[in-house]
Amino acid sequence: MNIIDRRLNPKGKSLANRQRFLRRARQQILKAVREASGERSVTDIANGERISIPMDGLREPTFRRSPQGGVRNHVVPGNKEYVEGDLIPRPSSGQGEGGSQGSPSGEGEDDFRFLLSKDEFLDIFLDDLELPDLIKKKIRQSDSYTLTRAGFSVTGSPANLNLVRTMRNSLTRRIALNRPKPHELAQLEEEIARLEESGADPERLSELRVEFERLIARSKRVPYIDPLDVRYNRFEHVPKPVTQAVMFCLMDVSGSMTEHMKDLAKRFFMLLYLFLTRRYQHVDIVFIRHTHEAKEVDEDTFFYSTETGGTVVSTALTEMKKVINERYPPGDWNIYAAQASDGDNTSSDNAHAAALLENTILPACQYFAYIEVGAEYKDWLGRETDLWRTYKSVTKPGGNLAMRKVRVRSQIFSVFRDLFSKERAGATAGTSP
Amino acid sequence: MTELLFAGADWDFDRLWRTYDAVDLIARKELGLDIYPNQIEVITAEQMLDAYSSIGMPLMYKHWSFGKRFAQDETLYRKGMRGLAYEIVINSSPCISYIMEENSMAMQTLVLAHAAFGHNHFFKNNSLFRQWTDARGILDYLDFAKTYIAQCEERHGHQAVERVLDAAHALMSHGVHRYPRNRGYDLREEQRREKERQAWHEQTYNDLWRTVPKAASTVHGSKELAERKRKLRLPEENILYFLEKNAPKLQPWQREILRIVRNVAQYFYPQKQTKVMNEGCATCVHYHIVNRLHEQGLMNDGALMEILHSHTNVVFQPDFDDPRFGGINPYALGFAMMQDIKRIATEPTEEDRVWFPEIAGNGDPWGTLREAWANYRDESFVLQYLSPALIRKMKLFEVHNDAEAPHMVVTAIHNERGYREVRKMLAKSYDVSQLEPDIQIVDVDLAGDRRLILHHHVANDILLDENDAVLVLRHIANLWGYEVRLIEVDAETDMTLREYEDAVPTVNMG
Repeated sequence: MNIIDRRLNPKGKSLANRQRFLRRARQQILKAVREASGERSVTDIANGERISIPMDGLREPTFRRSPQGGVRNHVVPGNKEYVEGDLIPRPSSGQGEGGSQGSPSGEGEDDFRFLLSKDEFLDIFLDDLELPDLIKKKIRQSDSYTLTRAGFSVTGSPANLNLVRTMRNSLTRRIALNRPKPHELAQLEEEIARLEESGADPERLSELRVEFERLIARSKRVPYIDPLDVRYNRFEHVPKPVTQAVMFCLMDVSGSMTEHMKDLAKRFFMLLYLFLTRRYQHVDIVFIRHTHEAKEVDEDTFFYSTETGGTVVSTALTEMKKVINERYPPGDWNIYAAQASDGDNTSSDNAHAAALLENTILPACQYFAYIEVGAEYKDWLGRETDLWRTYKSVTKPGGNLAMRKVRVRSQIFSVFRDLFSKERAGATAGTSP
Repeated sequence: MTELLFAGADWDFDRLWRTYDAVDLIARKELGLDIYPNQIEVITAEQMLDAYSSIGMPLMYKHWSFGKRFAQDETLYRKGMRGLAYEIVINSSPCISYIMEENSMAMQTLVLAHAAFGHNHFFKNNSLFRQWTDARGILDYLDFAKTYIAQCEERHGHQAVERVLDAAHALMSHGVHRYPRNRGYDLREEQRREKERQAWHEQTYNDLWRTVPKAASTVHGSKELAERKRKLRLPEENILYFLEKNAPKLQPWQREILRIVRNVAQYFYPQKQTKVMNEGCATCVHYHIVNRLHEQGLMNDGALMEILHSHTNVVFQPDFDDPRFGGINPYALGFAMMQDIKRIATEPTEEDRVWFPEIAGNGDPWGTLREAWANYRDESFVLQYLSPALIRKMKLFEVHNDAEAPHMVVTAIHNERGYREVRKMLAKSYDVSQLEPDIQIVDVDLAGDRRLILHHHVANDILLDENDAVLVLRHIANLWGYEVRLIEVDAETDMTLREYEDAVPTVNMG
């Protein structure tokens, strides 16, 4: 008999099976996830999701007998009143039917419910999306370096002394040059002392003294540690890849922005945020709202408090520039920006905003997405807004400014996918050298 | 006064050892059990879920259906809709029993007696297990299977392997040999025979035979058919076996995968046929052992009560009109029958002496049970040992349900006229060959269009579930590489009841 404690063994033994299952059910899960994401509120979109997928393609068919029809005999327990020959009316819906032989696992499996973890959910949710231009162009000039080990060197500061290497070299050299060992010397010394004391055999004594002198001299010539032995750990400066990102959310909060529009904007911001957190270790988020003046605010204020005033877009861009200069040097940060607006702007500001965007903001950004949100039922597709025209003048093919219009909630995801689909990322990568 | 083995709910390895030794003593001395060496493995609830999803085996190849099962189990478990088993035991040598760390010491005692002795004895001694499974080799074989399939995935891609496994799994219940087979052909023997025939032909050659007119073609055709069937050894009910050996387009690795699935199915085949006996045996053993432990003063009242509480839950049999009723509980029936056999062996009534002259009052209850455990399966066990007393006690009755008739009819109850009928019917309901549709490969024209023809011999007018059947046929077609036709014929009259459209291969496996 043997008792083995397996509790510390890795669990997740069936992880590989789960991956196979998810891959198998991919299409159904994808659909379910997309549907689920439309329904749920923005704040908990990143939580795990209980999803329910149809069973087609996941059935495990076998040859089995149909639960209906035919002649069957059942033996069941608990007879209370029946005698031979009694007739029993057939139960209507199979409920309470004695000894029903229908396999319960075969039926009622039309919908299959299970839990997706947060990571799995996001993986599928954001599947085949790619960030455009993932590599920071400025990385070569970037000042951020990290030290990595790069072998050994013969020079260095004492703090970097590699003791093991040094002692190994020392030992090799001492053996090779035949340095007298301390215990040999001690032995010799002891014997000399004994002979001196007893006074016998003076010839041997003088021989030993000569030998002793010789060994002492030798061990002085062959030092215990020689500068030759010393090795230092060598470090190299390696430029640090920029794995942090900051996301700027800019939104017009003037009176013309309705709750509906804000909700659309919020959804887009959330998607972008989720997406960025999948790609970068660290994502900061900055909310800037503006009317005729702009202010950096926290999330709640950003989405839920209203302001009155005119609309001057350039103030938001100026504010963003200020924040970048203060806290997010473009060399260290991947900067993403998303701006949502209903397209209004004071006409006198258009030129200023365009210039600011083109000369200052866009060069610092990885990507700048402009989302024009509209009222649900208003058809404004025919008319281009002030801001749309202004921004359009700044876009150039292969550039990092993207513009889309969104009117209803269901469009958000498709617009988002449209902006970040892999093909598009490939295309921009292709055009930019 | 003997000292208690344990007190309180906590368990540790020391207590497990001591309890094991005490249980071992009773099992061998009093019950005369003969077991494989035991290996007890303590696992966590999550690991138990893992083990569930790979059909209870410690090693298993990877497949999405196991992941699906895991997702299902996990959802139910997390919702609190389903508890986990206290143990899983594996028919292997050494016999591995998984026990959960969450169990109390009393439960661990129960589990040790139940799994490590009850199931273990049954695995080692039951003739079906002895004949069809190789307890010593199974873990090694599964290790091989797992590695082999992983290698195939690397070499041929996940999807290709998945296709074969999907198809094989669909046919798993039709991938077992139900009867010991004829010895296979020996190549050297065949060649020798062929040479002899050739020599005889040469010796007796006469040119005159050439001039004799040939027999009519119809006769010739049916002869050819018979010869073809003989060569392919048709009809064949082991569909997986047939495909593995004869499918024209499969690659060697695909045949090997079919073989692996077939072997796993074969390994589990005895378990399907001995559910009542296996659980009955284990329950009967644990019931005796824990009671003896208590009598000997090795276990206190609290622990016994806890065990009995769990025991009673397990052997609970709701009546047919109870909303909890879900068929006959194999634990309940097995345990009741075995307790009944003990009673017949020790205190028989006059009725028992008439019904069971061989065992009534033989005074050796455990010897009688050991004999039954070794030589029967569920069907034959019920047929042999279900006593009138138990039929009365459980108030079993038989209902005849003809879908055509407006009512169901009670055909036998627990009375003098009904005993044999009830017993016969109950036994039949455990006959695996009655539960699973009888499907056989009857013909294939290898020289012609290579269409594979299957017959389902329909018993009692119960046809196949059509949706599933079509899907399975597609799997067979994919493995076979050509068209496949399924015909459902009445087993008694040979009348065709339903014919399926020819399934054509949808993917090219090769």
